[in-house]
Amino acid sequence: MGLLRGFAPRNDISGRVFRLPLKEYLTVKDVFGVKDIFGPLMLVEAVEGVTYGELTEVRLPTGDIRRGRVLEISDSTVLVQVFEGTLGIGTDNVRVRFLGKGQEIPVSRDMLGRVFDGEGRVADGGPPIIPEKRLNINGSPINPCARDYPNEFIQTGISTIDGLNTLVRGQKLPIFSGAGLPHARLAAQIARQARLIAAGEEKVGGGATALSGFAVVFAAMGITFEEADYFISEFRKTGAMERAVLFINLAEDPPIERLAVPRMALTAAEYLAFELDMHVLVILTDMTNYSEALREVSAARREVPGRRGYPGYLYTDLATIYERAGRLKGKKGSITQIPILTMPEDDKTHPVPDLTGYITEGQLILSRTLHNRGISPPVDILPSLSRLKDKGIGKGKTREDHADISNQLYAAYARGNSAKELAVILGEGALSPTDRLYVEFSERFDREFVQQGETENRSVEETLNIGWRLLGLLPRKELKRIRPEYLEKYYKPGTRG
Amino acid sequence: MEGIITRVAGPLVVARGLKETKIFDMVKVGHLKLMGEVIEIRGENYSIQVYEETEGIGPGQPVYPSGEPLSVELGPGLIGAIFDGVQRPLDVIEARMGAYIVRGVEYPSLPRDKKWHFQPTAKKGDRVVPGDVLGVVRESPLVVQRIMVPLGIEGELTYIEEKEATLEEVIARINGRGVSQYAPTEITMLQRWPVRQARPPRQKLPPEDPLVTGQRILDTLFPVVKGGTACVPGPFGSGKTVIQQQLAKWADADIIIYVGCGERGNEMADVLLSFPELKDPKSGRPLMERTVLVANTSNMPVAAREASIFTGITIAEYYRDMGYHVALMADSTSRWAEAMREISGRLEEMPGEEGFPPYLGSRLATFYERSGSILCLGSQGRKGTLSVIGSVSPPGGDLSEPVTQATLRVVKVFWSLDDRLASQRHFPAVNWLTSYSLYQPAVDAYAGKRIAPGWKENRKETHRILQREAELEELVRLVGVEALSPEDRLIMEVARMIREDFLHQNAFHEVDTYTPLEKQYLLLEVILKFYTQAQEALKRGVELARIIDLPVREEIAKLRYIPLTQKEVFQRVIDKISEQL
Repeated sequence: MGLLRGFAPRNDISGRVFRLPLKEYLTVKDVFGVKDIFGPLMLVEAVEGVTYGELTEVRLPTGDIRRGRVLEISDSTVLVQVFEGTLGIGTDNVRVRFLGKGQEIPVSRDMLGRVFDGEGRVADGGPPIIPEKRLNINGSPINPCARDYPNEFIQTGISTIDGLNTLVRGQKLPIFSGAGLPHARLAAQIARQARLIAAGEEKVGGGATALSGFAVVFAAMGITFEEADYFISEFRKTGAMERAVLFINLAEDPPIERLAVPRMALTAAEYLAFELDMHVLVILTDMTNYSEALREVSAARREVPGRRGYPGYLYTDLATIYERAGRLKGKKGSITQIPILTMPEDDKTHPVPDLTGYITEGQLILSRTLHNRGISPPVDILPSLSRLKDKGIGKGKTREDHADISNQLYAAYARGNSAKELAVILGEGALSPTDRLYVEFSERFDREFVQQGETENRSVEETLNIGWRLLGLLPRKELKRIRPEYLEKYYKPGTRG
Repeated sequence: MEGIITRVAGPLVVARGLKETKIFDMVKVGHLKLMGEVIEIRGENYSIQVYEETEGIGPGQPVYPSGEPLSVELGPGLIGAIFDGVQRPLDVIEARMGAYIVRGVEYPSLPRDKKWHFQPTAKKGDRVVPGDVLGVVRESPLVVQRIMVPLGIEGELTYIEEKEATLEEVIARINGRGVSQYAPTEITMLQRWPVRQARPPRQKLPPEDPLVTGQRILDTLFPVVKGGTACVPGPFGSGKTVIQQQLAKWADADIIIYVGCGERGNEMADVLLSFPELKDPKSGRPLMERTVLVANTSNMPVAAREASIFTGITIAEYYRDMGYHVALMADSTSRWAEAMREISGRLEEMPGEEGFPPYLGSRLATFYERSGSILCLGSQGRKGTLSVIGSVSPPGGDLSEPVTQATLRVVKVFWSLDDRLASQRHFPAVNWLTSYSLYQPAVDAYAGKRIAPGWKENRKETHRILQREAELEELVRLVGVEALSPEDRLIMEVARMIREDFLHQNAFHEVDTYTPLEKQYLLLEVILKFYTQAQEALKRGVELARIIDLPVREEIAKLRYIPLTQKEVFQRVIDKISEQL
């Protein structure tokens, strides 16, 4: 496995983590020369042999140890980013230790069911993890040749996802939300209901066994205690906890820690997926907080800012997180990512959602209008998209008519909505009879297709059938996106309700 | 002379003591021997952009010069390969190193042990000049590689032999001006070329023939020519990548170079897994047999992303020089520009607009200008073309941003992708009102001769109807559809037919995904026939509602799914229109 960078000394004395291996003694360097401290950064002088990206420990006189990472080195001057903040650090009271390796976390099967803090330390009061391996949290890029294309349908039991924005195993599909919208509930529902439906298997709806086949890795970055608590108690309630690994950095925790949280979570996920053959669902919330932490560091370094003060490398940085989703040839496991981010002012052109959308394979966008109208989950299907949908649906995966009906529902809903806008200005009377049908379609679509209960677990068949029932409102010749043979088989002109 | 690292900041490393190293030379950085390129020299200090992640590199570590600029290897074995941004063979790396890309690996770009059958076309005693074809190698069932005399070598062929040879074996000797003036120059099938330097043609020619893509809105309304340039800007989710992949699949070029620059790994996996299975419409052979992939996904090192575009276009030029029609797809040039911005920022250069370096425009121009229709180097008068199609990912879909604007100044075709169309799942989501093509006259002339004399008229009529629809829509928003005259409502109805039955195209439907020019013409002809006849019927006093409800309309809508082999169906529908009206 290439997960471990070549230079990093491995801990091969398994079980005896409290002792540094001999090799590490040789590469560790202690210095006292802190010169400048600004924001989360400090400049250390007169060190030799330090390398880029190296992990550091800052030892305060109180006995406190803070961790940091080397951001830049010029001759013997080193710029260090301190994860837990620089409070209490002075120029002459601390000792800085360079550990001669990048940031690592210990991984093991026993991580399942456990909670960790933003530093990767056990945070649930339980015993420490006995590591099977220590892995560098930055990982290595996956060779595109080694990737297997994600094409296995995941049934989430949510119509707007299964029917129109289908999630497949190995995909990264973010939820774009806004302040006050129920993204946490949607994510928890996905985590609870997600299961793989292979062709020929029984397709059951209702309260199927939770999370069959999926382990959940949950990374919280700067979210509130309540939100984190919601997820934890939700996982406990449904018994998902024993298949979950949680990394929690709350709003009150040091922001710089957030830069490491998703990387630790994904390193754990990679271990579970590609070494222990599990299917892993990774939930990252909230990526906007992550990006703000990145901006903070960039500003402290006086870098030339890009849009809205975010650094120019935000795209590359986000990509190193999102691209860690996927499947590998010859491996059983997979990593499916659901990052959550809140769009400031519900603006999807804000750099964080914008760049995320360019990297991820689609997005689910929550709409405040739908939410205010009481539709739940308020997924606005028009700007939502799953790029990998087409390879995960159809004959042998879901049903032969899936692609066509999904296209048709989109087209009809879009037309219904624009007719509705017209009706607002000019009154219903100004609409053509066909347009009136579309308006009715779009209204019932919101109520019957989008709307569904928090515990309602629809099978994909049910979802498609609701779609056909709604399309029955429209005359057959309007349904141009559907192949004639499927119209023959499934189309039933409905009664107007 | 070996140098010593003094500074490391992300992908930028500064070293001292590299005396004889020139700017843009390749170097090996640190104990891990990471690949890098010198991009700035200030006195003692050499700035190096490193093509790999620099974790673990620090001051005091060595830098080894290579003495030559970043170059690609050219020769048999390119077709069907997948390279990273600096032409390392990703398939070989996967086979040897596993699923993750390990740093500091070094494998030759082209396989050294493989034997190729070299078939000479020149003979002993011939006088040859650079660019002349010495012989051919069948590289894949679809591609015959022509081995050319490298630049700077000319004279009399003293040895040439048909044989099974590896890339490094001598296949010919040329006596005359060459590497040394005393001994004949030995020619192998392997050549190298620095990526930042364009390969010279004998002469540039104006491009003429269309690059047929089988995509109706592109070929009919906004065509691109062989040797032309096009750009596809659009916000995320508007279908840039689908268009690029459709072009890579269906464009009637001999060779396709697909550069995935800073995009998703799964997309490259998709290309890698689907191209060997997709069949070229002309030959019925797998598309992979005419394709070269350059993949530098978004999580791979940013500096190699900057190089990937040049790596791709140099390989493209090589095939162009053999006299082929080559099409290069670059997805996405914005990521390339961002890579440039990142490096520029680390060099602490004075930023231009939005932090991009001031030379953004000129770099983009030098890239697009390497396209074109050319008379190839050499005495044999071959013609080759290189078409370049670049996608642009403007932040927030805002086309006024620097990369889009700099691109629009150099490209001739603008396919503007529209968020609104994409959300209605109207694909390809090319906006028919804002897009343009400056190659229309050339393609009109071509299609008027080869396809049908009415091509140009139909195209113009289509543009007119769509433009009129946009104006009428404004009106409808104010006064309602009932207030329009029956003639205008007919226009709106016909425009809807054009949009839904012609412009909309399903990339996942086996027939609909590719439409030959002739069928494009027929489809449009049928719709426009319907329009003229309906207009006449209106004049005769037939009610509009009756015209709209005619059963033949459902048949028109189905025509796009009928293959061209059943041409009689189109005629039957035309007859039915006359009958029913």
